[in-house]
Amino acid sequence: MAIQEKTNRQLFVDGILSENPIFKLALSMCPAVGISTSVMNGILLGTAVLFVQVCSSCTIALVRNYIHPKIRIPTYTLTIATWVTVIDLVLAAYVPVAYKAMGLFVRLIVAFAIITMRLEMFASREPVGKSFWDGMGMGLGFMFAMMVLGAVRELLGQGKLLGFDILGFGPLLYFVLPCAGFVVVGLMMGFFNWIEVVYNRRKEA
Amino acid sequence: MKELRRYQWLVGILLVALFLTGCKTGHQFVKKTEFKDSDKIIISFAGPVDEAWATNVGSYAVYEKPDPDIVLNIKGIALNSERTVATITFAAPLNTGEAHILNTTGIMSEGQDLGAGMLTVKKLYIGVLISILLGAALINNFVFTKYLGLCVFFGCSQKRGTAIGMGLVFTIVLSFAAVMAWALYQFVLKPYQLTFLNIVVFIGLVSLSVQGVDTILRKINPALFKAFGVYLVLVIANCIAIAVPLMLADNEYTGWESFSLALGAGIGFLIALFLMACVRERLELAKVPPSFKGLPIAFVVAGLFALAFLGFSGLSIY
Repeated sequence: MAIQEKTNRQLFVDGILSENPIFKLALSMCPAVGISTSVMNGILLGTAVLFVQVCSSCTIALVRNYIHPKIRIPTYTLTIATWVTVIDLVLAAYVPVAYKAMGLFVRLIVAFAIITMRLEMFASREPVGKSFWDGMGMGLGFMFAMMVLGAVRELLGQGKLLGFDILGFGPLLYFVLPCAGFVVVGLMMGFFNWIEVVYNRRKEA
Repeated sequence: MKELRRYQWLVGILLVALFLTGCKTGHQFVKKTEFKDSDKIIISFAGPVDEAWATNVGSYAVYEKPDPDIVLNIKGIALNSERTVATITFAAPLNTGEAHILNTTGIMSEGQDLGAGMLTVKKLYIGVLISILLGAALINNFVFTKYLGLCVFFGCSQKRGTAIGMGLVFTIVLSFAAVMAWALYQFVLKPYQLTFLNIVVFIGLVSLSVQGVDTILRKINPALFKAFGVYLVLVIANCIAIAVPLMLADNEYTGWESFSLALGAGIGFLIALFLMACVRERLELAKVPPSFKGLPIAFVVAGLFALAFLGFSGLSIY
C-alpha cells in the first residue's frame, strides 16, 4: 500500500499539486466555473471547503471503527451536511455581502464529490492525524485552484487583482462574464496538460 | 355507465383545469381583467360605460394584494370606441407576478350607478407554472447559466444513449424529491422553526428517494432497472438535486410550483446532456490538440453552449 507509506508532509503537498482536486482529479467543477470571477470569491469558498473537509475528515477518522460498512455513505453525507450547516450559518452571520455573492454554492458544498471521495478513500481507513493533513492538503489544493482561476479571470477581465488596479485596463472583458467560466477552466486544464507534456519530454531527452 | 366511469379521471382533470384557469373578477358588470405588457391593466365590461367616469383617474385605486397601503400611480386611461374596454396605464412597471386589487367607485353605465367593485387582477396560475417550468429549463438552465451539476454533466455526456438515460432518470427522481421536500419544508420544518436544518434534511431526502425509486423499480420492472439502474446512484452526486429543494424553500414555492420547477430543471438538464453528447460524439473524430483531448475541449464546447443559452435570457412568456 503506497498510500500508507506517505508522510504527513507528502500527503499535504500531494493534495495541492499532484492530486489537485480541480485541475488533476476534475472533481467539484461547479464553483470553479460558477464563481471564480475574482480572487476574493476563491479565498472565501476555499476557506469554507477547507473547514468542511478537515472537520469531516477528522470526525470520520475518529469514529471510523464504529461505522457499519453498509451505512457508511449515508453517515458521510450526514457528517458533511452538519459541518456545511455550521459554516453556512457562520458565513451568513459574519460576511453577509460575500455570502450573498456566492449564492447557493456554500450550501452546495454538501454535494461536492471531492469531500465524500476523501472520506471514503482515506479518512475511513487512517488515524486522525493523517486524515487531518490529507484534509488540509485537499482543502488547500481546492483553494489554490480557485485562486488561480480567480486571478486569471480578474486580471485578464478587469485588469485587477484582489480589487487593486494592476493593469489599468481589461484586455479580455469576456473572461469576467459568467458564461466564460467554462472556457477559462477548459483553457487552464489544457495549459496544465501541455506543461506536463513538455516537462516529460524534457525529462526523456 | 361502465364506459363512462373510465373517463372519470378525465373529467376530474378538466374540472381542476377549469378551477385553475377560471378567474374571479368580483363584479357582475365586469367580464374580464388582465395584465398587458408590464404597465397596463385591461378591464372588459359587459356593456358600454360612461366615458366621463371610465377615463377619470380618481375612479380607480390599485394596489398589490400583500400591501394595501401603497396605491399605485395611474398615468392615463384609454377607452375603446365601443366604450366596453378600459386600458389603465401605470406610471411604473407592475409586478405582474403578484395579484393586484383594483377598487372602483360606482361603475357608471348609461347614467346608471351599478355599484362599487373590488376587482382582482392576476396572471393565470397555469401560466405561472409554465413560466416557472420554461424558466428553469431554458432561461435559467441549471447547467449552462447556473453552472450546477457539472460533474455528472461531463461524466455522462459521452454517448447519446447514456445522456438520455441519465436525463430521464434524473427528471423523474428530482420531481419526486422536490414535491416531498416541499411538503416536508412547509408542514414540518417551518411550523417547528427548524429551517436551519434545511441542508441536512434535504440531502437525506434526496438519498432516500433515490433508494426508494431503486427498490420499487427493481421489484416492478427489472428490465427497466437493468437499463437505468446505473444512473440512479449518480443522481445523489448531482448538485442540482440538492439545489432545487433549497431554491423552492428559499422562494416559498407552492406544491405545484415546486413540481414545475423540478420538472423544468430536469428537462433542462436532459436538453443540456443531449446537446453535449451530440457534440462530443463528433469530437471523437475531430483533430484536437493532444493536450486538449477529453475534458478540456469539452469545457470549451460547454462555454460556447453557455454563450448560446444567453440568448434565451430575452425570452418571456408573459
